[in-house]
Amino acid sequence: MIMSMVREFAGDEIRKVYRECDESGEIPGGLVDTAWSMGLVSGSIPEEFGGGGGDRSLITGSLIGEELAWGDLSIAMHVLCPALFAYPVLEMGTETQKKELLPMFCCDTFRPASAALIEPRFGFNPYALSTNARSDGDDYVLNGDKCYVPLAADAELILVYAQQGDGVQGFVVERGTSGLKIGEREKNMGIKALATYELSLKDCRVPKYSRLGGQEGCDFGRVLNCSRVALSAMAVGVARAAFEYSRDYAKERVAFGEPIASRQAIAFMLAEMAIEIDATRLMTWEAAWKLDRGEDATREASLVKAYADDMALMVTDRAVQILGGHGYVREHPVELWLRNGRGFYAFDGMAIV
Amino acid sequence: MIDFELEPELAKGVSAARQFAEEQLRPISRYYDEHEHENPDELIDRMWELRRENIFSLGLDPAAGLRTEELCWGDAGLYLCIPGPALGGAAVFSSGTKEQIGKFLGNFNEGRPKWGAMAMTEPHAGSDTAAISTTAVRDGDEWVLNGEKIFVTMGKRALEDSDGFVVVWATVDKSAGRAGMKSFVVPAGTPGMRVEKMEKKLGIRASDTVTIVFDDCRIPFDHILGSPEVKKTDKAGTKGFKGAMATFDATRPIVAAQALGIGRAALDFVKEELERQGITIRYGVPRQSLTALERDIMDMEASYKAAKLLTLRALWMMSQLQPNSLESSMAKTKAGLAITKITQKAVEIMGPLGYSRKYLLEKWMRDGKINDIFEGTGQINMLVTARRVLNYSREQLK
Repeated sequence: MIMSMVREFAGDEIRKVYRECDESGEIPGGLVDTAWSMGLVSGSIPEEFGGGGGDRSLITGSLIGEELAWGDLSIAMHVLCPALFAYPVLEMGTETQKKELLPMFCCDTFRPASAALIEPRFGFNPYALSTNARSDGDDYVLNGDKCYVPLAADAELILVYAQQGDGVQGFVVERGTSGLKIGEREKNMGIKALATYELSLKDCRVPKYSRLGGQEGCDFGRVLNCSRVALSAMAVGVARAAFEYSRDYAKERVAFGEPIASRQAIAFMLAEMAIEIDATRLMTWEAAWKLDRGEDATREASLVKAYADDMALMVTDRAVQILGGHGYVREHPVELWLRNGRGFYAFDGMAIV
Repeated sequence: MIDFELEPELAKGVSAARQFAEEQLRPISRYYDEHEHENPDELIDRMWELRRENIFSLGLDPAAGLRTEELCWGDAGLYLCIPGPALGGAAVFSSGTKEQIGKFLGNFNEGRPKWGAMAMTEPHAGSDTAAISTTAVRDGDEWVLNGEKIFVTMGKRALEDSDGFVVVWATVDKSAGRAGMKSFVVPAGTPGMRVEKMEKKLGIRASDTVTIVFDDCRIPFDHILGSPEVKKTDKAGTKGFKGAMATFDATRPIVAAQALGIGRAALDFVKEELERQGITIRYGVPRQSLTALERDIMDMEASYKAAKLLTLRALWMMSQLQPNSLESSMAKTKAGLAITKITQKAVEIMGPLGYSRKYLLEKWMRDGKINDIFEGTGQINMLVTARRVLNYSREQLK
């Protein structure tokens, strides 16, 4: 049921405005609120915190992620952004953290919150972060730089991932905390409608209880795996959009007396696109299914993410190629999908389901 | 609900197949590669004894695909030697009447080991199956077959070594094109049919591949599968030809599963060797920090997984009686490509170990190539997939 709602939203609402959003860099607040009112994030927060009390399922999340990203990737990442904060708290937070932090995601209006993982340097490795957390009395002191932090300027709360000894831990940082500086909005090749920012943390102090999971800390590997499943699902969505558009175009566009789709050079490209989209979706579901059972899926999630990165680029590039010159102009959407599809290589931890 | 787990009863069959592959197939794998055309009699007897166990039983569901994968992990050539109705059986099942199914397959499990085969390809008709020139002419209560069939998998064992049968595709009316194509069951020992040449092959050498010649070969009238009528008005394709295509929908995912077995054999070999060398593959680490070797291994693993999930999906749909022509051609296309890539890459990575006949890796590269050729070459499967993706007829996409 939720899926038919999401499908309708993506088809009717997102597809109406996405090009304009890409050009202007803005997503209408009304659209975000409509998405929020479907309970995509709050639905799986327990009733005691004000949520819908449904099970959190990465399979369902993958279906939603694909569908929204089929509509538009920027909009999908924007409307699901609060999950970057809420889901790790839901899964790994202490009882106090859940009680304190989850209710804000259960109200009617969209409350921006985010997470900061990626760092602006070559060779970035999520398992070995430069941003670090030092223990000092009753506080942790955070130092480091982050980038690709969606909605950071408006976010009331940001979950900052930092190195602590051998592992990575998450820290809840409130907006306005001294030492936290939010940089200029980033300008990227794609996802232009999504506002992303650099952050710098200079001796940024947070109280000890703001470490995700308290004493025990968090299972960062699982956070990353859930995020990789989400991004793979979104890559499938973007690729499917490009595939469908270029398939329909190829069946209509006539050259040398017949539709270009009736030439093997074009038809075989489309067949391979369809095969790889389906294969990636199945791999995404398999990893999601494993994570839903509480098993470790590091191998599955990282394999599918890498596969999805390649697939999204291959499919969106071919979509542009099939449209030829028409694919290169902004009158058609395929160039947008190529710019967005190319981003997945750089995205890690930027979405979660 | 989306679920990737097999029921325990079915999982047992898969692990039994795995055990059989490890204990019975692997140890003799190299011998029958080097002694082409020699019969693995002992193995065949053992497989025949176990024919009622859920190891070799045919089936068109995900578990059957997984059993096939395990057995081909052991040896793909020996897998093809498993006594049973095989492709011939699939053709009878998909186009025969109830009486015919009873007649040709009813007592297949009795007595000595038997095989079924299917004969489609001719010297001048490969992928273009509609161009076959073998004829079937009605003469009273009989059909008279004339022509030559090549590349018949397990033809010798079906027709010379056992009381099996072959399903032969022939035309009853050349002017009708596809509409005139029909299939006929010819039992072993029918006068006018002889097995001629045994091919020497690049791989899957334990299986036999033969030429069959039909020289005024007479069979009873009711050995035709499907209707004897030729409906010329039905241009797009007729029941007879559709019968062949329906058979392919069923068999393509199984052939894809064979490919998966060989691919996983190669992958397992490489990973075990790397482990012995103390090299670990770091999953989850970003791409730019991976070694070229890690990237290769991950690519191989991911494309294996992609092919596997497409295959299981096609089989699952079949077990649910859902139409799966698109999905089964997708699976076969992907599996054929993946296996070729995986085995060739494995040989490359292992260097001298890959090329040496001391190990099985080079054999798997040779064996694996067949999956990109039989049951439709990679190109034909791509064409079929493309037509289905585009909803195009053969006239619209040639």
